[in-house]
Amino acid sequence: MASNMNPDLYRRRRLANAWGMATSMAAMAVGLAVLLWILVVLFSNGFAALDWNILTRDTPAPGTEGGGLRNAIVGSAMMVGLAVLVATPVGIFAGIYLTEFGDQSKTAEVTRFVTDIMLSAPSIVIGLFVYAIAVATVGGFSGFAGSLALTLIAVPVVMRTTENMLRLVPGSLREAAFALGAPRWKVSLAVTLRAARSGVITGLLLALARISGETAPLLFTALNNQFFNADMSEPMANLPVVIFQFAMSPYDNWIRLAWGGALLITLAVLLLNIIARVFFRDRQSG
Amino acid sequence: MQTSQEQSERSGEHMLALIKRQRLQDGIFHRLTQLFSLLVLVALAGIIVSLFINAWPTFQKFGVRFLWYVEWDIINGEFGAAIAIVGTLASAGLAMLMAVPLAFGIAVFLTETCPVWLRRPLGTAIELLAAVPSIIYGMFGLFVFAPLFADFVQVPLRELLGGMPLIGILFSGAPNGMGILAAGIVLAFMVLPFVAAVMRDVFEITPPILRESAYGLGCTTWEVVRKVVLPYTQKGVIGGIMLGLGRALGETMAVTFVIGNANRLPTSLFSPGTSIASTLANEFGEATDLHMSSLFALGFLLFAITFVVLALAKLMISRAEKAKGF
Repeated sequence: MASNMNPDLYRRRRLANAWGMATSMAAMAVGLAVLLWILVVLFSNGFAALDWNILTRDTPAPGTEGGGLRNAIVGSAMMVGLAVLVATPVGIFAGIYLTEFGDQSKTAEVTRFVTDIMLSAPSIVIGLFVYAIAVATVGGFSGFAGSLALTLIAVPVVMRTTENMLRLVPGSLREAAFALGAPRWKVSLAVTLRAARSGVITGLLLALARISGETAPLLFTALNNQFFNADMSEPMANLPVVIFQFAMSPYDNWIRLAWGGALLITLAVLLLNIIARVFFRDRQSG
Repeated sequence: MQTSQEQSERSGEHMLALIKRQRLQDGIFHRLTQLFSLLVLVALAGIIVSLFINAWPTFQKFGVRFLWYVEWDIINGEFGAAIAIVGTLASAGLAMLMAVPLAFGIAVFLTETCPVWLRRPLGTAIELLAAVPSIIYGMFGLFVFAPLFADFVQVPLRELLGGMPLIGILFSGAPNGMGILAAGIVLAFMVLPFVAAVMRDVFEITPPILRESAYGLGCTTWEVVRKVVLPYTQKGVIGGIMLGLGRALGETMAVTFVIGNANRLPTSLFSPGTSIASTLANEFGEATDLHMSSLFALGFLLFAITFVVLALAKLMISRAEKAKGF
């Protein structure tokens, strides 16, 4: 047997294999190292900047000492909250349409395709669009405009996860409900959506995480505001834009605040992602 | 007898009324959900139409020439998209050149070589990193990466290769850590987890029986990857790469911090440039009239470019998924 083996070929194949595996391992190592490096930089700079003032004081004027991010945190929370509040029903209903009614329809197919593209569409273009339809025409820069831009980004996320999760619900459950004489809307809302609840909530959390870190669409819509403001019809401070402005500034305390804000956003986004995962896994296995 | 027949007739009528009502409710429910899903199409149409209308003065003045006109002169009102388009394509292209091989290696590692107990935690870590907001990558690029890049990459490379004919020009320019290449590298960091996660998902589509058959014939792991997994998942891999490219093209924050923001055509890898998204982020606030309309025109072009790339990506991936069922 062994005499049939071509030792040369065998060695070459072994070598190619070793080389391939080694490079793939090296790629993993390089990738993880870079990403860890970024996180370490963020955490060390961010935690150095964290203190109670960040939560209790507003953004400082140019050249003044101290200050915090209170107005930006409140502004971000309000805009993101409103956006999710609006995106939830829209996304869920649209997702229901795609699963329950959209199997044979051409429009549903087109909608699905467009939604997938909107998921990755450049967010700065969404900002331009909202500027064109809301800011330039009537409202001026406002928290509502910012919220609208974020809603447009959140809806496709909610829609697609809702659809995917509803598809996981076994058909027998729907059939059982239909056999009892339940109308379609009742089956969709009280049976299918209920069965897929944990998955849909996961989608909402992911959408929340996604829009929390978005900067570009807020630049031309919510603008920024140096002062505390809870009126959403006025320009509103928000964390991402404040980070962007402060990081580019020449003032040390501004840059420090930018790192603090960056850490807060990243922690929030990572936390939301982790909660979404744990929540989904527990419900799935339970 | 008489009464019971009456009764059943009445209940039949009752039944009919109930069914009618439910039909109506279902019809309303159908249309209502459809209306919500159509909002996405309305948004898409709205984006295209509103950007085009706002960009119209620029398209009218410069015509198709806007696409390759190498000028961005705010004071004299001369605008062309060439500089920003070149910057966008160059930075995203460089990013993909670096991110794709790394992402491929990571995906191979996660699906083939990685010990099973490590697969989940490492896979989750990659997915979590894909969720980190892009502004973090931008700040990292500006404060940490750019200074190191200037000292340890730009200066040595310029000294080593700057004097050479032909390729020397690629490495000329001020070594301040900003520029097309720096932006490309930071973008590569940003899209890496995303592309790696998509590729891993695609690799996992390969039916185990194909893999096992190949191993049964005596293939090495590398041969299984090269000759079974990769050909089987080809379309999905290309789709994943293009999805990453779509993200890189439209990315604002990771680029704006490090690209250098100069409205000149980049002549070397180190020279500062600008991308469509970073031009928008920097100039939109102070823009008026023709300048603003030209920015809208840039936005329109960016949307068109990413739309085509993402649509192709989507087609590729859905074909790969269809192939899954043999």
